[in-house]
Amino acid sequence: MELELRGITKRFPGVVANDDVNLTVRTGEVLALVGENGAGKSTLMNIMYGLYHADEGEIVVDGTPQTFASPGDAIAAGIGMVHQHFMLVPVFTVAENVVLGVEPTGFLGRIERDEAHRQVAEISAQYGLDLDPEALVETLPVGIQQRIEILKVLFRNAEIVVFDEPTAVLTPQEIEEFFNIVDALKAAGKGIVFITHKLKEALRIADRISVLRRGKTVGSADPKEINEVQLAEMMVGRPVQLVVEKEHAEPGPATLSVDDLHVVTPEGRSVLDHISFDVRAGEIVGVAGVQGNGQTELVEALTGLRDPVSGTVTIDGSDITTATPREVHDARIAHIPEDRQRSGLVGAFSVAENMVLTSYASEPFSSGFLMNWSKAREVAAELVEQYDVRTPSIDTPASNLSGGNQQKVIVARELSRELRAVIASQPTRGVDVGSIEYIHAQIVKARDEGVAVLVVSTELDEVMALADRVVVMYRGRIVANLRRDETDHSEVGLFMAGAKEQQPA
Amino acid sequence: MGLVSAPVDEPSDTPSSADAERPQRGGPPPTSVGPGEEAYLGTLGFLEESPENKRRARNIGIAYLVAAVVCLVVFARGDGGVSTFGISDDSSFSVAGIPLAWFTAVTLAALGGAQIMRGTGKWTAAAASVAAILFVFTFMAWAAAGQSFSLTGTLQDALKAATPLVLGALAGIMCERSGIINIAIEGLLLSGAFTSALVGSLTNIWIGIVAAMIASCLLALLLAWLAIRFSVDQVIAGFAINFFVLGLTSFLDSRVLTRNPDYNSVKTIGDIEVPILSDIPFIGPILFEQSFYVYTALALVGIIGWALFRTKWGLRTRAVGEHPQAAGTLGVNVIRRRYYNLAMAGAIAGFGGSWWTADVGRFNENITNGRGFIALAVVIVGRWNPFGALLAALLFGFADALALKFSFLGTGIPSEFLEMAPFLVTLVVVASFGRGARPPKALGQPYEQQ
Ligand SMILES: Nc1ncnc2c1ncn2[C@@H]1O[C@H](COP(=O)(O)OP(=O)(O)OP(=O)(O)O)[C@@H](O)[C@H]1O
Ligand SMILES: [Mg+2]
Repeated sequence: MELELRGITKRFPGVVANDDVNLTVRTGEVLALVGENGAGKSTLMNIMYGLYHADEGEIVVDGTPQTFASPGDAIAAGIGMVHQHFMLVPVFTVAENVVLGVEPTGFLGRIERDEAHRQVAEISAQYGLDLDPEALVETLPVGIQQRIEILKVLFRNAEIVVFDEPTAVLTPQEIEEFFNIVDALKAAGKGIVFITHKLKEALRIADRISVLRRGKTVGSADPKEINEVQLAEMMVGRPVQLVVEKEHAEPGPATLSVDDLHVVTPEGRSVLDHISFDVRAGEIVGVAGVQGNGQTELVEALTGLRDPVSGTVTIDGSDITTATPREVHDARIAHIPEDRQRSGLVGAFSVAENMVLTSYASEPFSSGFLMNWSKAREVAAELVEQYDVRTPSIDTPASNLSGGNQQKVIVARELSRELRAVIASQPTRGVDVGSIEYIHAQIVKARDEGVAVLVVSTELDEVMALADRVVVMYRGRIVANLRRDETDHSEVGLFMAGAKEQQPA
Repeated sequence: MGLVSAPVDEPSDTPSSADAERPQRGGPPPTSVGPGEEAYLGTLGFLEESPENKRRARNIGIAYLVAAVVCLVVFARGDGGVSTFGISDDSSFSVAGIPLAWFTAVTLAALGGAQIMRGTGKWTAAAASVAAILFVFTFMAWAAAGQSFSLTGTLQDALKAATPLVLGALAGIMCERSGIINIAIEGLLLSGAFTSALVGSLTNIWIGIVAAMIASCLLALLLAWLAIRFSVDQVIAGFAINFFVLGLTSFLDSRVLTRNPDYNSVKTIGDIEVPILSDIPFIGPILFEQSFYVYTALALVGIIGWALFRTKWGLRTRAVGEHPQAAGTLGVNVIRRRYYNLAMAGAIAGFGGSWWTADVGRFNENITNGRGFIALAVVIVGRWNPFGALLAALLFGFADALALKFSFLGTGIPSEFLEMAPFLVTLVVVASFGRGARPPKALGQPYEQQ
């Protein structure tokens, strides 16, 4: 099957998201689609999947033009899509999520559960997805949830499968498994469109790379003939610094101190087991670890979202163990949350409102009861400029921004205050290479101004690039606390896997 | 009489290894890196008491102690009469109020103490049910002291009073499971009551019932239209419909019905005795000497409960209420599903409204008198599950029936208080059991289709 997008144009209020875009996908090949945040990648794929309707242009399947009024039509034409934000019903089982919309039914619409389980298990085995049809989705880790999405697509006999930033939320191990699945799909003759900001991945797995910039196709590349630096330049339109440039750290006294922190979930699981470490002024501490080893809970405990059973957190000597998020904020601690959809942004609020979301109640944005909106707008406009947030205007609702641009709004808001400490969880998730460069530079700049920075990232490369000191978490404990210049990727990797533990000094 | 001490002896918070294993169903965890890892579950290897659970245990314990004090201060100071509870025409049993009150107080205090000291455990819910039944029984013995009281009759009335609540709650569940808040149950019931009375008087009750279903169905579609087409806040839209129906039916009642008594007189529907089954002692009269509304409501609970969790319709309805985007991207028509479900919900509520007409044979201004709001509480306490709603509705129906009985017995409890009782029960029950209830995720959120 050959799917061709011809001259696709799509306009949103204030932006042309796609501008006369041409793209061809064939079965049996992997096409990588790269481009800056807001370049129009997701929009293009949503058009291909029938979720959006193009203002101009046509979709041609095997030479015949088609109109997709809804995803149902695209599915019928053999197109499947795994979205940037998973589309799974958390309280349903794997099988229920998979069969939704194409349920095998019997008398009175009764769902043939055994039949559904059998079919799901069969496809799962065929592609090595290893899924239990009866498992409840909300109990499963992200990597498995993604496989459910893949299974959903395969269940509908898709010939062409679109993946929108599939690796953004995966751990390195999960990414390896994902690539194996992609290989299996390709071997089975499926065509794959793969959107990513990690150019290494595109170079590694794609047969062809197409680049979008500001809604237009700027060209395509052969992964065998291009390297990461060239691809980044093609994407952004200027040379990009791919390594973080920073001076040697000169840490001061401990700013953020965590002492003997013990956190238990409401279900009674002990997720942080008596953890202690310091982040000193003018120092970046990177927390490495496979996702789900207590990093999320650590950040929640530090930022006032979760109360520990015992232990203390102090900032410059004052206790913030049981502080509310508001008090943490007022203690001049910035928080970049790991899940921007859930916390961090109010989708219905404008970009400007989101920019002042955490500081609206203080000078200079308000005095007494009144908001100083013109001041807030001025600051917001400045931040949009600095952080290169691609938005039609500062009055656009945040939910209309592309994924990476939403992330930039949060980072801009959090880093633009006067700070003592920064707690950043996955600060560059879903952000393009050009903006990663800028965000990393801002984090280093904060450090150089004497701010204590804690960076939590499941991406080891990011931790190693930014950190002056690396803390490794494994099963709720800190198994290593190392100076960056005295360690390397492979040693940290061993600690992350729990294969090694540092002896207490 | 050591019948209630049993639950206390059970171990409270033994770590169960089965529990600890649960979250990792579904293939090998991909996050694992080391050899033979299981999903990471807590370093200490067993479950600990979290601060939230401790706080909760303490609050429940305090509630027990308060109830024990009430027993001592109020119930143990009655006039000391013996109350007689009738089970059938020729059998009954008697209870002395004061010793029972003492027994209850001691039991509640013991339970409270155990709860505070040992935290929450498997037995928490069981103990709470036993305590609640004991407390209510003590209250009944106190209120009926020196008199006789028909237990069978009260339970029969409880089921009867629960019927419109069950029907209203089923309408609410239909609606809310698909993601639309239904504050308008009261209005839908009231419009059903009015329409069935008017049309039923002009024709017959059966045509009246059909008309009631159609009228409430149209009203529910209005709610759907406001919520879906115009993204009107669903709570506000629901309230608007309630006020609209209350105003319109009151107006028509005073202008049309009171002036033409012929328009407001319907032949009521009598009870149907199920042969053989109604002869079973105690249970027979309670379950099988009821009106066709009771049988229909029970059947609907079974049908909707089954359909919601077993059929294609149910799966799609729940998907649309939990995560409409997920359903939409799979080609399920979210908006059409919501309209359909609201139409069905309206019809059920209209049928529920006709219960009043079939029962008393006429319409009075505001005849539903807040039962639609209790039905809403029933939806929440029943956790959006038809079977749960049935249990919750029976609880409220029991409070209703009890209040009615006591007002006849002349217990000295002010009648205003008795009328308030069902609402008071609602408040207490929602406050204590509504806590963990998790509504459908997308409830109240407009769905945007591109
Ligand atoms: N529903 C919408 N309403 C209005 N504007 C939108 C909407 N969806 C996308 N846009 C705009 O269209 C442009 C392209 O967005 P799109 O999501 O396609 O970018 P992207 O290439 O996927 O970016 P990212 O890499 O950050 O995910 C952006 O400027 C965005 O603000
Ligand atoms: Mg995108």
